[in-house]
Amino acid sequence: MLIKKPEDFKYSEITPKNVYLNRRNFIAAAGMVGVGLAATKLIPDMLSPETNALGGTKLQFTKSDLSTKGEELTPYKDITSYNNFYEFGTHKDEPAIEAKNFKTSPWTVSIEGLVKKPQKLDLASIMKVSPLEERVYRMRCVEGWSMVIPWIGIPLNAIIKAAEPTPKAKYVAFQTLLDPKQMPGQREEILNWPYIEGLRLDEAMHPLTILAVGLHGETLPNQDGAPIRLVVPWKYGFKGIKSIVKISLVEKQPPTAWNVLAPSEYGFYSNVNPDVDHPRWSQATERRIGEFRRRKTLMFNGYADQVAKLYSGMDLTRNY
Amino acid sequence: MKNKHIIWLKVVAWVVCLISLGDLLYRYFTQNLSANPIEFVTNETGQTALKLLIASLAITPMRKLSGWNWLIRFRRLLGLFAFFYAFLHLTTFVVLDKFFDWQEMLRDVTKRPFITVGVLSFVLMVPLAVTSMAWAIRKMGGKNWNLLHRLAYASAVLGVIHFWWKVKADITEPATFGAILAILLIYRIVVWSRSRLKAGAGTAAKAALASE
Ligand code: HEM
Repeated sequence: MLIKKPEDFKYSEITPKNVYLNRRNFIAAAGMVGVGLAATKLIPDMLSPETNALGGTKLQFTKSDLSTKGEELTPYKDITSYNNFYEFGTHKDEPAIEAKNFKTSPWTVSIEGLVKKPQKLDLASIMKVSPLEERVYRMRCVEGWSMVIPWIGIPLNAIIKAAEPTPKAKYVAFQTLLDPKQMPGQREEILNWPYIEGLRLDEAMHPLTILAVGLHGETLPNQDGAPIRLVVPWKYGFKGIKSIVKISLVEKQPPTAWNVLAPSEYGFYSNVNPDVDHPRWSQATERRIGEFRRRKTLMFNGYADQVAKLYSGMDLTRNY
Repeated sequence: MKNKHIIWLKVVAWVVCLISLGDLLYRYFTQNLSANPIEFVTNETGQTALKLLIASLAITPMRKLSGWNWLIRFRRLLGLFAFFYAFLHLTTFVVLDKFFDWQEMLRDVTKRPFITVGVLSFVLMVPLAVTSMAWAIRKMGGKNWNLLHRLAYASAVLGVIHFWWKVKADITEPATFGAILAILLIYRIVVWSRSRLKAGAGTAAKAALASE
């Protein structure tokens, strides 16, 4: 498939123009049968390369002052071919292939729980709650790599305000679509499906927290969490729950997918913190995609000025 | 099997063992090592090392079960290629990933169990690679040599643990390697305890005869 971009698209110089292979080699454990050579690989099938599912539709948006400045944007190709989206496979290249035919329309997000005005919004209505803005943010994955992504979205607080939370609401719980027919990863017990996430209400209301519907000027490609996902730039990437169908305001701290799987490794907060290591690897450094040498990881992913006050007085080693 | 055929099979084995490296080089030159090439190369070389190590351990059972004695002539080749990929894996870690940051690497080795067992797995492969030549067998004596080379099992077990502890949620791949390795180990144990039993029965019979 040839990937075409509109001529006036300003990032066109860094988007892929040619067919490329993004499928990791198919690994056949056959080997020389009978010889016991249990390992060999097949050369990639170069005649029928798989390509990315593309977002495609251009969006109208304004640039936000809250964007991170002075960072080079990660190319579109990297953001769309190197994904952690376990609903579509656990290898980084799988979501781009497996999510190609994922149906994102029609789509409804239900805002419910401790709110005066519960709502069921389709995507068009969500985009009308607040004007679309471009937000350039660093994205730090818990695995030790990072990107800089120009998201398009709206502040989460606009959606929450519109639903009018009751005074009892203290947390926000999110849920991904559960649809094993479309999401092959959900047919296996990797995580406890559906994927769930949560924020404290003040974190959710923070102006940096957004619901993204696009990136690099276009609607979200399926592999990046289409049609709507959470982006919380000072937290590890897995907090950014994808393909959201439900947002509930709740009283108690909600369970979160990775915390349920491995509580000692992934906490509820999961703020980027170079001083608190993952039990199995260091979080002190990260590799920015496209760079060779590791760079130092910044406290709150470099957003400490804006968000540190949310956690004043908290022991971040225990509340990781 | 005739020598001529063995040579051809060796050529095939070399080619198969080099596919992984060739694939990495091809991807390097076509810029297809993913958005995170260093991670890609680390994982690829680690996987190939473990596959070849387990393949080398499968040779003896295969030979015994099939009666194809010539298979033994491929064991060293597979083992040495496993070591070669493990060495590339380690080099990727030291040079590309950590860029000679010895302090951080030392911290990794001591603090991260998954790295610790990886290093142990590699360390165990070194004496095996060093003593892989025919003269070493002669010098050490077959019995000692065989004993030393049991370390290959330990190395493979540690390799599987290393892989298992590395993954975040999906253990399918390390579990597959682990299952194959477990079958090989069980086979070995069964053969060993059977021969012990036989030997035991033999001595008992002799003793009975002697006492008559
Ligand atoms: C010499 C010491 C070793 C070090 C420092 C080391 C380091 C690493 C690191 C850092 C990773 C993770 C890469 C990532 O997640 O980005 C890894 C993965 C791996 N290593 Fe090692 N390793 C060592 C030895 C070995 C040995 C001897 C074997 C095989 C017998 C091995 C097999 C693997 C496998 C199978 C993986 C996972 C590949 C995947 O996820 O696809 N490693 N190693």
